[in-house]
Amino acid sequence: MSAKRDVYITEVALRDGSHAIRHQFTVDHVVQVARALDEANVPYIEVSHGDGLAGSSLQYGFSLTDEMELIEAAGSVCRQAKVSVLLLPGIGTVNELKEAAKRGAKMVRVATHVTEADVSAQHIYMAKELGMETVGFLMMAHMAPVEKLVEQAKLMESYGADIIYVTDSAGAMLPHQVRGKIRALKENLDVEIGFHGHNNLSLAMANTLAAIEEGATRVDGSVRCFGAGAGNTQTEVLVAVLDRLGINTGIDMYNMMDLAEETVAPILGHPQEITRDAMILGYTGVYSSFLLHAKQAAEKFQIDSRDILLELGKRKLVGGQEDMIVDVAAEIAKAGTKAAR
Amino acid sequence: MSKVKVAILGSGNIGTDLMMKLRRSSVLELTAVIGIDPESEGLQVAREFGYEAIDSGIDGFLKRPEMADIVFDATSARAHFGHAQLLKEAGKKVIDMTPAAIGDLVVPPVNMEKHLDVPNINLITCGGQATIPMVHAVSRISPVKYAEIVATISSVSAGPGTRANIDEFTQTTARGIEQIGGAKKGKAIIILNPAEPPILMRNAVYCLVESVDERKMTESILKMEKTVQSYVPGYRLKTEPIFDGNKVTIFLEVEGAGDYLPKYSGNLDIMTAAGVKVAEEFARHQIKKKVI
Repeated sequence: MSAKRDVYITEVALRDGSHAIRHQFTVDHVVQVARALDEANVPYIEVSHGDGLAGSSLQYGFSLTDEMELIEAAGSVCRQAKVSVLLLPGIGTVNELKEAAKRGAKMVRVATHVTEADVSAQHIYMAKELGMETVGFLMMAHMAPVEKLVEQAKLMESYGADIIYVTDSAGAMLPHQVRGKIRALKENLDVEIGFHGHNNLSLAMANTLAAIEEGATRVDGSVRCFGAGAGNTQTEVLVAVLDRLGINTGIDMYNMMDLAEETVAPILGHPQEITRDAMILGYTGVYSSFLLHAKQAAEKFQIDSRDILLELGKRKLVGGQEDMIVDVAAEIAKAGTKAAR
Repeated sequence: MSKVKVAILGSGNIGTDLMMKLRRSSVLELTAVIGIDPESEGLQVAREFGYEAIDSGIDGFLKRPEMADIVFDATSARAHFGHAQLLKEAGKKVIDMTPAAIGDLVVPPVNMEKHLDVPNINLITCGGQATIPMVHAVSRISPVKYAEIVATISSVSAGPGTRANIDEFTQTTARGIEQIGGAKKGKAIIILNPAEPPILMRNAVYCLVESVDERKMTESILKMEKTVQSYVPGYRLKTEPIFDGNKVTIFLEVEGAGDYLPKYSGNLDIMTAAGVKVAEEFARHQIKKKVI
């Protein structure tokens, strides 16, 4: 595997997948998965709480294991792969970033809502100072028109980001929209462009291919779709598809298939599928990690979780506003009781 | 009753909103607004209302220090580091509206009395002003092992200072939750929401307590709501407190008074209202001392 990679895949199961198992990763899980991914020659492995560094909280769910231990554990078993972390300004700070770097993280993705890029300046500066590869991660990209996206991406580029990602956090984008956004960034920016998808509308693969065709050279996947909502682009399948397209990812497909089946599937517990709730996320444009929170609230208030998610979409919530879920659920339940009277 | 003279340093949004609130005060007399741009809207408004509009910054004010005993600093954290020293030397009380956090952290309904004689007061953050009273309302009933707050504000109400220093927001707020709120461990999260029309400031407060007493805690929380409402009329609970095991959840909303800043920016209103409240307590304290 010495040929240069055409596309660099970041495996996000150990970060985005954290949502799917309510942040219950153990050191043992991370060591097993990271070692296998490293052996399969995956170039980047992301490890963090699902909501990024310092995401462990009552709002999003406490981590079973301190994420710094997980980051360190992943780094300790990687020969070639680099460990990446996610940081959402407003949740994590430069202090956690420094600690993660100390524990072996080599890349950071600084994530903001697609219209709020200017809150990332201090973190991007610090990441560069720490010598980390630095990604500007524009979340909920479906919510902004192309011009706005370009303007915000340029801000992150000006702070020093090496790569800018179009992040479809809600799994709401359609292939032609991904095309338009990636193309505009390729035309207006000098840095590398990436794409992160969710499979809520069964479009993660199609969108990822559209992004690559428009010039994206960085894409995300999660093994077995181990991510929030219906998960991300399934990494092992993506490796196979890109291989058929003659695009070199440098990743060993057989190894990936084996680790997906033998190592990752048992941790995930139940297979990822596009449930009706996941579908609604994509259909209405809601942040994928709201899924399990909405399900829980629906059970508590005895209402349909889809009604909660639809209302959250209507109110144009951004990532991180999990506290609104209970609030909205309570309102729907109250309105329902009134109507029944 | 005689009034205590105050000046506002900074002629931006916060300074101008302060101006509107100070006009109503029965114990404070606004004399001057200090800026660096004679054309700024803040200084123009000041002139219209008949206040002295000083356009040569802190130096201009220091030439006429008799203009005020209390100075609000509504500039920026960076500028405040310099201002704090100069104003201290001039013997002025300073209410710091910036996130510099050099002085003692104060949330008026919780720890004002302990800080009546200090030269520099810092108001933490909007999230702190909104949520720390509630953490305190819980911790005065039962020890709080952990308190976490999530402040969601409209994007348009987050100024460039907040945006460039978002880490200071979470760190200073967390410090305030511990030091003033009384939680053993504090955590703060801030979220900016760009929805149009702009959303009202919203806060979630979660406390993990040692022992739950629903009746006493609810009473304490409702009482605190009233206390904060006495100076921030748009401060309100969204729902009754929610009890779940040893977790107490409080949802709050803050609507601005709409003095100068729009009503949705309750996050800015609660800061200026707290600033005026602190200055009024200072003034009452000073007048009382003189009488004695």
